[in-house]
Amino acid sequence: MFDHWLTQDLLVLLGMGLFVWVLWSGSHHERWQRAWIRFRQDRAGLLALIVVAIYLFVGALEVLQFPTKNGGTRTVLDVFVSGIHDERSYSAPLAQAHLDPSMGNLKGLHLLGTNALGKDVLVQTLKACKTALIIGGLTSAIYLPLGTFFGILAGYFRRWVDDVIQYVYTTLASIPEILLLVAIIMVAPGGKNLGTLSFALGVTAWVGLCRLIRGETMRQAERPYVAAARALGQSHARIVTRHLLPNVLHLVLINFVLGFSGIVLAEAVLSYLGVGTPVGTPSWGNMIDGARAELGRDPVVWWNLVSATGALFTLVLSLNLLGDALRRAFDPKRG
Amino acid sequence: MLSYIIRRLLYAVPILLGVIVITFVLFRMVQSPEAIATIKLGPKASRLAKDEFIKSEGLDRPMPEQLVKHIKRLATFNFGTSWKTGRSLSDTFLTGAGPSLLITLPGFLAGLVASVGLALYQVFVRNSLLDRSLTFFAVALMSIPAVVYIIFLQAVGALALKYFPAAGFNYEGFGTFRFIALPILIFLVLNLGYDARLYRAIFLEEIQQDYVRTALAKGVGNVRVLGTHVLKNGMISLITLTVAELPKLIMGSLLIENFFSIPGLGNVLVLAIQTSDLPVILASVYLGSLAYIFSLILTDVAYALADPRIRLS
Repeated sequence: MFDHWLTQDLLVLLGMGLFVWVLWSGSHHERWQRAWIRFRQDRAGLLALIVVAIYLFVGALEVLQFPTKNGGTRTVLDVFVSGIHDERSYSAPLAQAHLDPSMGNLKGLHLLGTNALGKDVLVQTLKACKTALIIGGLTSAIYLPLGTFFGILAGYFRRWVDDVIQYVYTTLASIPEILLLVAIIMVAPGGKNLGTLSFALGVTAWVGLCRLIRGETMRQAERPYVAAARALGQSHARIVTRHLLPNVLHLVLINFVLGFSGIVLAEAVLSYLGVGTPVGTPSWGNMIDGARAELGRDPVVWWNLVSATGALFTLVLSLNLLGDALRRAFDPKRG
Repeated sequence: MLSYIIRRLLYAVPILLGVIVITFVLFRMVQSPEAIATIKLGPKASRLAKDEFIKSEGLDRPMPEQLVKHIKRLATFNFGTSWKTGRSLSDTFLTGAGPSLLITLPGFLAGLVASVGLALYQVFVRNSLLDRSLTFFAVALMSIPAVVYIIFLQAVGALALKYFPAAGFNYEGFGTFRFIALPILIFLVLNLGYDARLYRAIFLEEIQQDYVRTALAKGVGNVRVLGTHVLKNGMISLITLTVAELPKLIMGSLLIENFFSIPGLGNVLVLAIQTSDLPVILASVYLGSLAYIFSLILTDVAYALADPRIRLS
C-alpha cells in the first residue's frame, strides 16, 4: 500500500499541509510575529530559506507521480528531463565521447557527466533530493511528536512521570548513537528500507528534543499565567494544548530544521556502512559511497562525488544557517 | 566524596540494566529464532542445522529464562565468539583497543587544542567581520559528511602528495606515527567545526560575567583576561561537555579506521556490520554504553573536584 503512487502523493501533500498549518497557527502567536519581523531583516537566513525551498520543490517534483499507460508510474521530474538520453557508461562532464573511447560518441551533452550505468549525473543528483526529503520527513514525523509530547508531559507533571521519562531517555542516550542506529536497522523485521532507516533515526533523535522541551516546559510552568489558568479551573489537557504547546513550538521548529541537516548527514554515513539507503535508490550517500571505487580508476571519475557532495553540502549548510537564523529571530538575547 | 562516588555508581545500575534489556529486545525478541539462525547460517542452511543452532543457543527457551541468561552473560562480560571469525570477542576487543586509542586520544587532544585556540581567537576579535567569517567557516565544516573528508584527505595526503601511507598499520616504535598521522589529522578536522562553534559560545557566555568586567576595569590586558581568566573558567563547562563524549568519539574513528585499514575497534565493527555479525554488534552496544556511563560519572566527579561551588549532597 505504501508503494502505491497515490499514497505517496497524498503523504507528501499531507506533510506539507501539516507544516503550513503549524506555521499558520504560529502566526497568531505574538512571539512568532515578532520573530518574523526580525527574521525578515536577516539576509543570510532569507537566502538559506530560499535555497531550502528550492530543494523542497525539486524533491516534491520527484515524489509526485502519476500512472502511465503501460502500468508503470512516472514522476513529474521525469517529464522535465525526458529530453536527456541515457548513455552506455561513464562520460566526463560536457564530454563528446564516452570515457572508454571504444564505446563511441555520446547521444547528447551532459552537464555533470554520466555514471557507471550511463545515467545523467545531474538528473540523479536532483532525484536524490527525494530520498533526502523522504528520510528527513519520515524521521521528523516520528521524532517531533514523540519528543514534544513526552517533553511537555515530563516538564508539566514532574514527579514520577518525569522520573520515568527521564529514565527512558537517559538509558537510550547512553547507547552510542551510531551503534543503536545500526543495531535497530540490522534486526528490523522489514529489512533495510527507507521506513526502517527513518524509524531508527527517529528513535535516536527524539531524546535531544525531549530534553529541550522538558526544560522549557518547566520554565513556562513556573510562570504566573499557568497558575492563573489552573486557578480558573482549566483542565490539564487544555493547559498543555492551549498554553504550553504554543510556547514551546518555536523550539520544535528550530529543532526540526537543524535536525533535518543531521539526518541528511547521517544518511551519508549509514549508506557507506551498508545500512543506509537501499542500493539502487538514488541518494547522495550511495553516490558518495560509490565514489571510493571510482576515484581509484584511471582516468579518475570525480563528478559523481563532486555533484553529490555539492548538493548535500548546499542543503545541509542552508539548513544550519536557517536554523541559526530562526534561533536568533526567536531568542535575540542569546543569538 | 566517597559516598558521592558510591551514590553515582548506584545510579548507574538501573541505567545499565535498561541498556541490557534494550539489547535483549533488539537481539532476541524482535526476530524469531528462525530469522536469527538464518542470519548466522545463511539462507541456504538446512532445517537440521538451524534447529541445532537454535537449540545450542537456547533460543527455544521461554523468554524470562533467556533474559536472565542474557543479563548474566553481559554482567560477567562473557560475550562468546564472533560468528564470522570464530575468535573470542574479549580477545578481539582487547587487541583492537590499542590502535583505536592511538588515533582517538591524540586526535581528541589535538582537536581540543585546535578548537579551543580557534574559539578563543574568535572571542578575542568578537563581532568583527573576521569572527563572523570564521563562524560561517565552522558551520560550513559541519555541513560536509565525514566520508567526504576522509576520501578527500586520503586522496590528497596519501595518494597525490605521497606524504603518508594510504593504508595499513604496524607497531614499530616511533615509526608507528607514519600510519596514524593522517588519520589523526582527519579526526581533528572532523570535529573542528562543531567544537569550535560550541566552545566559542561557552567563552562568549563566560566573557559577560562580572569578574571579566572587573579584571578589564583594573587594567588587565585583553589577552591576559582571555588566556587565564576566561580560559580557566570556561574549561570547567567545556570539560564536562567533552569528556563524556569521549566514548562516542571512538565511534567517530569507525570510518577512519576502515578507510585506512587500521585493525582497531572501529574496523572490527564495520566488518561486523557488513557481515551481520550480531554477537560483535551486541557486545559493542553494551561496551559502548558502559564506557559512556562511566565517563559521565568520571566527569561529574572531576567537575565536583574542580568547582568548589558544586555541593555533593
